Amino acid sequence: MSIAKRNSRLPVTAGAVAALTALPAHADWGLLNMPKGVSELSREIYDMHMIMVWICLIIAVLTFGAMIVAMIRFRRSRGAVADTKMLHNARLEAAWTIVPTLILIGMAIPSVEKLIKIEDTTGSELTIKVTGHQWQWHYEYLGSGVSFFSHLARSSDLARQRGSGINPGTVANYLLDVDNPLVVPTGIKIRLLLTANDVIHAWWVPDFGMKRDAIPGFINEMWISVDEDRPGTYRGQCAELCGADHGFMPIVVIAKPRAEFDAWLTQQKAAKL
Amino acid sequence: MSMAHGSEAAGHMAHHDERPKGLTRWLTTTNHKDIGTMYLVFSLAMFLIGGLFALLIRAELFQPGLQLVDPGFYNQLTTVHALVMVFGAVMPATVGLANWMIPLQIGATDMALPRMNLFSFWLLFFAFLLLISTLFMPGGAPAAGWTFYPPLVLQSGSAFPMAVFSIHMMGASSIMGAINVIVTIVNMRAPGMTLLKMPLFTWSWLVTAYLLIAVMPVFAGGVTMLLTDYYFATSFFNAAGGGDPVLFQHVFWFFGHPEVYIMILPAFGIVSEIIPTFSRKPIFGYEAMVYAIASIAFLSFIVWAHHMFTVGMPLAGQLFFSLSTMLIAVPTGVKIFNWTATMWRGSLSFEPPMLFALSFLFLFTIGGFSGLMVAIAPADFQYHDTYFVVAHFHYVLVPGAVFAIMAAVYYWLPKWTGHMYDMRLAKWHFWLTTIFVNVLFFPQHFLGLAGMPRRIPDYATQFTDWNMVSSIGAFGFGLSQLLFVWLIVKCARGGARATAGVWDSSHGLEWTVPSPAPYHTFEKAPELR
Repeated sequence: MSIAKRNSRLPVTAGAVAALTALPAHADWGLLNMPKGVSELSREIYDMHMIMVWICLIIAVLTFGAMIVAMIRFRRSRGAVADTKMLHNARLEAAWTIVPTLILIGMAIPSVEKLIKIEDTTGSELTIKVTGHQWQWHYEYLGSGVSFFSHLARSSDLARQRGSGINPGTVANYLLDVDNPLVVPTGIKIRLLLTANDVIHAWWVPDFGMKRDAIPGFINEMWISVDEDRPGTYRGQCAELCGADHGFMPIVVIAKPRAEFDAWLTQQKAAKL
Repeated sequence: MSMAHGSEAAGHMAHHDERPKGLTRWLTTTNHKDIGTMYLVFSLAMFLIGGLFALLIRAELFQPGLQLVDPGFYNQLTTVHALVMVFGAVMPATVGLANWMIPLQIGATDMALPRMNLFSFWLLFFAFLLLISTLFMPGGAPAAGWTFYPPLVLQSGSAFPMAVFSIHMMGASSIMGAINVIVTIVNMRAPGMTLLKMPLFTWSWLVTAYLLIAVMPVFAGGVTMLLTDYYFATSFFNAAGGGDPVLFQHVFWFFGHPEVYIMILPAFGIVSEIIPTFSRKPIFGYEAMVYAIASIAFLSFIVWAHHMFTVGMPLAGQLFFSLSTMLIAVPTGVKIFNWTATMWRGSLSFEPPMLFALSFLFLFTIGGFSGLMVAIAPADFQYHDTYFVVAHFHYVLVPGAVFAIMAAVYYWLPKWTGHMYDMRLAKWHFWLTTIFVNVLFFPQHFLGLAGMPRRIPDYATQFTDWNMVSSIGAFGFGLSQLLFVWLIVKCARGGARATAGVWDSSHGLEWTVPSPAPYHTFEKAPELR
């Protein structure tokens, strides 16, 4: 997030262009499209999204094209005379019922395949229990005794108060920073068990592709992974309205190579003792 | 459907025109035209109030940081904005149009149940008085979103039962309105008007009325269970007491999905009236249009859980709801193609109703595309609860339902007032509205895809630019609606006299009576040739 961008008071289009060129975190198209992400599932989901975008764009060109041609060719001001006998056409109507059905089947096949893969949480090597609270997250590395709360970072919390006088543009990762980030290893399948303590929350990191509700009294599961070659810091937010501070319970995940993660976990265990 | 009847001379009607003057007239009237007018005026007022809430929301979102409202009040604003727009603006507008136009379209003297008609209006009026007053009560208005999801909604303040009761009243009002529409259409059609000769607006309302009767009681039941959970610890939605919070979501969306068709089917009906008139050509594929409405209505009952792909449904459930939802694209596509075919080889002119209908055609289709995208369960894991969804449903509801309602007003206003309106002003209103609605909602697709969740009062700084664009669009859109209000007031007060037909190519019974339509019409049933 660039600070230069925040200060731009140019006309909106110029502002948008400036935003596109001045953003280091999500460069180029990051502000217009879904991130491709850093995991197996996020790429699957991105591909599905792009299939849909292209199919919709092609259908849009054809249908909008027909509408525009009709609006230009059949104007009364150009002397067009209505053909009042054109009431229906069984063949045409059958065609525009059957062809869309076939296109839908074409969309459904990859969608079903991907959905089956997304819902398959077997073969995970690490399970983390995620509990939503009003308004912070709690993470527990099952079987290791390591657990902690993760709360909006102090700098953002100060700046976000009404009348704080602090320009959010001067706060690093405004509203997307926490005190204790979740740490995960790269390159393996990680199972998350989601639940909540009070109301429904939803855990979502766009770069991992998935979000799922954390529901009090129930346990949901989903799996995530981070590519071996993409360690780094990934940010997300609670995605289900959970009360006044719903907008202020971010998620920060630090993905480390397996060895570094193991060292971190050992150190956390030691600190607990 | 050409009509031989044309002898509804105003003079003949004069002795029936005696009615109380002033406020008493509006409190005691059972005339479908008066009640239709009251519904429409009420809807316009609610559109402006709901719009004010929206402008407050967009003003807060103009830049990051909290400038105007606290997060708790922000949540009240989004909740009340939605309730006012859905139940106060869009639905009453279509009910008002039904009241005015169904008897005129089918050649009936009035609605079948005129006293119930008046009761359902005043019930709605007081329901909204109650709902809006919760904003000023201790604890404030409900702030859990219009979807009322527990357990969050059970954290509402002491005004919660007021909000629930106002929903009960709205529901009772809607059910009465729906029964009235069905009874009127089934029993009071002019001789010779068989079901498959009915105008498509009337058809769309017949189907809508059945949807209302089917789902409003479900919603009323759901919110009543919330109330008993709140006060009597029934634990329907509390896991600790053996309940399930997700059960409410199923109940809500079993109502909520048909509800979106309750808002859009009358819009389909309106557009199906206007496009043929200004293409000077009968609607293409009339029967297919009727069957498409019926299929959409049926499908609307079996797709509800597509609003809930992230709650952790079993795979089979997700597959069913995803695939059944995609099917809706087929009958909706048929409607879009038939409207296009109606224009094809027509003789088009672009009066304000047609402009709004065409804008509907393009922009509703955009909402349809994003609807197809969110139906795809795996992709929806990214879209769900982001601004992409906000963009989607505002495209189908604003340039969808609201534009169709505006098209209807521009189409029938001369019939209601007897005056032509200011065409130049109407075109200004159209262009400003159409441009700003896209400035307002199109960037929200980008925001959602880039990762901005919905229902947040403040956001990370990378979302600033498109939020600013969207807020500018919101203010442009909102201010443009003042032109609409001004135009209606001007038209009601005077203007060039409208002929009975109003539009050179209008067709249907409503155009056989003089403009303004006399207080009582079709006392002798018209004959259909």
